[in-house]
Order: sequence, then structure tokens, then C-alpha cells
Amino acid sequence: MSVKILLRGGRVVDPSQQMDAVADVLVMDGEVAQVGKDLAGPEDAKVLECAGLVVTPGLIDVHVHLREPGGEHKETIASGARAAAAGGFTAVCAMPNTEPPIDDPAAVGFVAAEGRRAGAARVYPVGCISSGRKGERLALVGEMVEAGAVAITDDGSPVMNSGLMRLALLYAQAFDIPVVDHPEDLSLSGKGHMNAGLVATRLGLPGKPNAAEDIHIVRDLLLAELTGGHIHLQHVSTSFGVESIRQAKARGVRVSAEATPHHLILTEEAVEGYRTEAKMNPPLRTAGDRDAVRAGLADGTLDTLATDHAPHHYDEKEAAFTDAPNGIVGLETALGLILTHAVGGGIIDLPTMVERMSCTPARTFHLPGGTLAPGSVGDVTAFDPEAEWTVDPARFHSKSRNTPFGGWKLKGVVRWTVVRGKVVFEG
Amino acid sequence: MNQTAPALGKDLIGLEPLSREQILAILDTAEPFKEISERRIKKVPVLRGKTIVNLFFEASTRTRVSFEFAENRLSADTVNIAAAQSSVSKGETLVDTARNLEAMRIDMVVMRHGSSGAARFLAERIPSNVVNAGDGSHEHPTQGLLDMLTIRDHMGRIEGLKVCIVGDVLHSRVARSNIFGLLKLGAQVAVCGPPTLVPRNVCSLGVEVFTRVEDAIQWADVLNILRLQLERMEAGYVPSLREYNRIWGISRARLEKAPGDILVLHPGPMNRGVEIDSDVADGPQSVILNQVTNGVAVRMAVLYLLAGGQPERAEAAKQGGEA
Repeated sequence: MSVKILLRGGRVVDPSQQMDAVADVLVMDGEVAQVGKDLAGPEDAKVLECAGLVVTPGLIDVHVHLREPGGEHKETIASGARAAAAGGFTAVCAMPNTEPPIDDPAAVGFVAAEGRRAGAARVYPVGCISSGRKGERLALVGEMVEAGAVAITDDGSPVMNSGLMRLALLYAQAFDIPVVDHPEDLSLSGKGHMNAGLVATRLGLPGKPNAAEDIHIVRDLLLAELTGGHIHLQHVSTSFGVESIRQAKARGVRVSAEATPHHLILTEEAVEGYRTEAKMNPPLRTAGDRDAVRAGLADGTLDTLATDHAPHHYDEKEAAFTDAPNGIVGLETALGLILTHAVGGGIIDLPTMVERMSCTPARTFHLPGGTLAPGSVGDVTAFDPEAEWTVDPARFHSKSRNTPFGGWKLKGVVRWTVVRGKVVFEG
Repeated sequence: MNQTAPALGKDLIGLEPLSREQILAILDTAEPFKEISERRIKKVPVLRGKTIVNLFFEASTRTRVSFEFAENRLSADTVNIAAAQSSVSKGETLVDTARNLEAMRIDMVVMRHGSSGAARFLAERIPSNVVNAGDGSHEHPTQGLLDMLTIRDHMGRIEGLKVCIVGDVLHSRVARSNIFGLLKLGAQVAVCGPPTLVPRNVCSLGVEVFTRVEDAIQWADVLNILRLQLERMEAGYVPSLREYNRIWGISRARLEKAPGDILVLHPGPMNRGVEIDSDVADGPQSVILNQVTNGVAVRMAVLYLLAGGQPERAEAAKQGGEA
């Protein structure tokens, strides 16, 4: 029996069709069947009353860490897929820095199969650039793509060897996938635990200077230009980095780039008091950098919003600052943070948010979705943009609680997440 | 106990969060305690019945012994734990160590740890008083206090003095505690050292920066000379210890070019012939051993105040009352 869903009377925001109007969305047989006013859906359609809600193409997060295999105490593919659905995401791209890393077709197949089994948000595997994430030789890129990998990255680590990055950017063009890099020159940042700024000097913590990220961003841009390959730069956090990407885009380099909610909202001051929940990589930087990330998001230099969802077990973060791991969870706070602070704060409007959280990620990573055009996949997010809630990490669907946003009051509550034409989350 | 507000909070984590009045209260309280160490029987019952754990995750002789003397002379019961950091990181976590100690009903923990922020981390998790005996590159507040007490002893004041900290400012908890404390007491503070070992933004803390030690000597009334760790040379921050001595070492010849007499401090242990020459360390301007003597009095004052003692009652407490 095919499932039919009618999302009725919501504000449908779909920049892929330049649409922002009150309308109904009919999803049938796993696909969007029709979008329009006062649709007479089939009688057996399940009706979701969306008056007062915003209805968008399903949100896509191209940068999450689901920790399985090897880190199941932090997150599993299933718990991560459920957390994603609860956050309004219909698809996520799982980074391959697991233990063992996802560097061959069998491992890619495992992630894809576990993702399907979870039956929540779609989980797209991302494979390693290099075998064993060692930064030495290309992994089995072609076979991983055949097994379902949608991109390659050594994320968790940068590709330090420029020669290897050049090869990756060339080779990936055979499969039309982006090469994803975590830009960081480890020889400059290696011992750092936070931004190299005044807070670090006062707290006596070794810092990571902006230059560590800037140099690597510029290198990747030059290599993308050299090879004609597609570089996707993760979690850009520096003002010079944003400006470099802006200039590269202007001269036609194939580059896409992420902004994270935390780099849009927080600065290095959040680390004050040695708060390990504000420890992440790249680190929270200065207000000037944060403002540059905001400007980059607004003008499209940073075309993608991604969370870098990085779950850690509570006792791993319950440590002296230099002993605690980097990263925060993001899937279940992203929409509220962006609606409250980026849209509410006047940085971007709602259609631009949908562009950055759905349309562009789908286009950049060649994923289904990112549109409600009839015939496209039945992945839809419906949320109440005005409903207020308070972040309570104890209620997360994720297995981890590591967030600096606990107790924050946010606007924007997910009502329904629809994947392949089925409701996978109801809030 | 006392009705008036305590002079210090629960813990002593650093000098940055303290007020000028709190710092002066500690220094003033240390004055009457100096005399205890000069007695034939060096013991008063101020902390009788209190249990103090000295928890040292990094090797230390001077600071640990100084705290032990301070505790013993105030009649506290003490336990020393020398936990090699490596075994702790492999096994029990810092928070578990702390909870286990707490379960044995202790009153105070004096901790040294290699990670910046470790003292605050501990203090937020146990009800006992925590005294930071050095956390990573962050602060070493009792060292800063004893440095200031020694300067005040010899110069009669701190306000308006020019104090230059020379050496590895980047990694030094002594430097940070000196900067925060001296600025609060109205001194002018400068730092001097190889640019690889001086954070570029340190001037934002309100200190002057000298690259040439000759310039620092022309400027300063007081030099506080930091120890250059051998590992900094191994990590490539300076090419060799000999070169460091030639360019930044404090020698008699350099000091003689100063417009006046400069007071010389060093937190120890000294590398003679590296950051300080022997003729300076042993010379008339050196107050390095006075610092060590004052260290015991300052630590007594800190323990007494954290236990709830009042600065103005220190003299009376010495005579037999408890804190």
C-alpha cells in the first residue's frame, strides 16, 4: 500500500522553484506529486495540517560524525539518523573518521546499510581520501562511489600533503564527487586547543592562529584551480578564509564552503572558564571572524550550513580543557539556532536559509532532494518558525549531550520530518 | 567562626579574579605569619584538625615543600600524593581522583597539574577549598603573591614600581600571576624575551613588551627572571641555551649599565649560566632566597584565609586560636 501525505496550508518555501507562498504539498509513492493551492488530495491521504508552519524541501546536513563503527558509546548510525530527523534533517553525510575509517567499499556499504535500517533521515556515506586516513595514498575512491559514497574526505584531519590533494582533486572528477577538506595546517596549529587570541593568552592555553586555517584554505583553492576539481571546504571560521573563497568564486574556481551555526553565533569568549563544551576545531574565534562568517553566509560565499555534529560521551568532555576532545553536537539545535540568530538576527532571510540548508547541499553533493518540484524525492520538513523552546540536552535523540547551547531559548520547532514519503519524526 | 565576610572565596585559583583589596589582605596577613618560621618551636594551632591533601601531578620540590611547611607550622594534618600525570591519564580521571579524596572527608586540596584550568575544574567539582599550586601555563598564584611580598619588603611599596618579567612568558604560569597581581597593585609591568616565547597580544593585558633585555634593564626597578625550560630549546623556540644566555641572560655586566640598583627575583629552580649568571644570582641585588622564605608565610596566609580566618585576627590566631 502506498503512503500518501498531504501537507496542507503551510508556507511553502522552496527557492529551487522561487516559491514562497501558502500552498499544499502532496507526497505519494515516495515522491512529491503536486504542489499548489487547495489541492484535492486522494481521500486516503494522511493530512498534516500545516497552517502557521513553514514547509520546505528536506534539510540536508553534509557534515556529521555518527561515530559508528568504533565510537558507539558516543553515537550510532541509527541514533544519529534519529537525531537528524528530530532536527528536521531528511539526509546527512556521515564523515569517515571512524575506527576503523571508512576507506573501502565494504565499509561504505556498511554505513549505507545501517543508515537504511535506521529508517529515519537518509545517511549518505562519505569515504576517505586516503587509505587508513594516513594522508599517503588515495583510497579506493571509485569502488567506494560504486558502493554509495557521495564524497571523499579525510575529515578529522586535513590532507597535509599537497601532492596527494592534487591527485584527489583530479581523480574525483572521474566520479563527479566533491573533495571535502578540513582546512588546517597542523604545523601551525598542532598544539593548540583554542583560538590563538587574548582569551588563550589569559587562560594560558596554547592557541591555533587563523593563519593555520587561512594557509590551508588558500592552498586548497589554488589546487582546485590547478586541477579543475571541486573542493568543498568545511567549517570556515576566519575572515581571511571567507574573503579568499569569495575571490576564488569570483574567478570561477569550483569551490563550495560551509558555515556552522556555532561559528555564526559564538566567539572565543565562550571558552572562558575552560568550558570544554565550547572546545571545537576550528576553534571559536573573534567577533571580527564571526561577522565575516555571517557576511559570507549572507552573500553566498559560504553556500552551505552544516553542523559538524560531533558527539562525545559526557565523561570525555568532563576533563581538564587540554584533555577534552574537540566538537559539539549540532543536529537537534541547528534549525532553532539558525532561525533565531541568523534569520531572526537579520543575517539571512528564510528562503536563503532553505537554500543554504537544503537546495545547495543537494546540488553540491549531487543528492536527491533540495527541491519540492513534482517528481523529486518525498523529503519534506515542516516546522513552526515562531514556537519557542529551551534547549535541554537530556532530551536529545543523539546519544551525546555535548553542546554549549544548553538552556538557550530558541524559536523554531520541527513538527514533521518526511523522508521517502513517510513521516520519520513528529514533534 | 567569623561574622564578617571572608577575605577570600572558597578557592585560590589565580590572581586574575581577585581584587586589589583581596591581594593586599593576603600580603598583610602574611606579615604576622613570617615570625612563626623564626621561632624555636615552629608550630601554632591555627589549622588544628584540618586535613589537607597536597596533590601533585607534576614534579615539584620547592613549591611542595613550601606548602608542607606552611601546613605543618599551622598544625594541619597533611597527606602528599605525587601522582605521575601519565598514570592518571591512563587510568583514573582527575574528577575520580578528586571524588575519592572528597569521600575521605578532607578540608583542602593543594594541587599542581600540567593542564591549564585543572585547578578550577577541581574547585567546581568538590566542596573542599582548592589552592592552585600551578596549573599548566595558566597561573601559580602563591608564587605571584610571594614575589609581590618580597618586592614590597625590599622596595617599601609596589605601586608605581616598574617590574619586568624576563624569559618564557608564553608558557609561564608565574608570568601570568605576576602580570595580573602586579597590575592590580598599581605597578607598571613589562615582559621581555625571545619573540618566540612572548605572546604577541600580551600587550593587551596592559604590559609593555621589550625584545632587547638591555632596554628592559634601562627601564626596570625590578627584574623577575623566569626559568628557561630545556624542553623549549628542544622544541625549537630558541636555537641553543648558550645563545639564549648571550642575548637574554642576566649578567652582572648588563646590570651594571642600569641607571640604578635593580632588584632581582627568580622563582627557581635556576639554570645558572642560562637565564641568570651566578654573579647575579649570588650578588647583592638578588632576593631569591628571601622569596623562598616568604613563600612559606604567604602560603600560611592563604591557608588561614581560605579556612575562614580574618586578616586582622591573624596575630591573635597565632597565639593559640583557631581559624
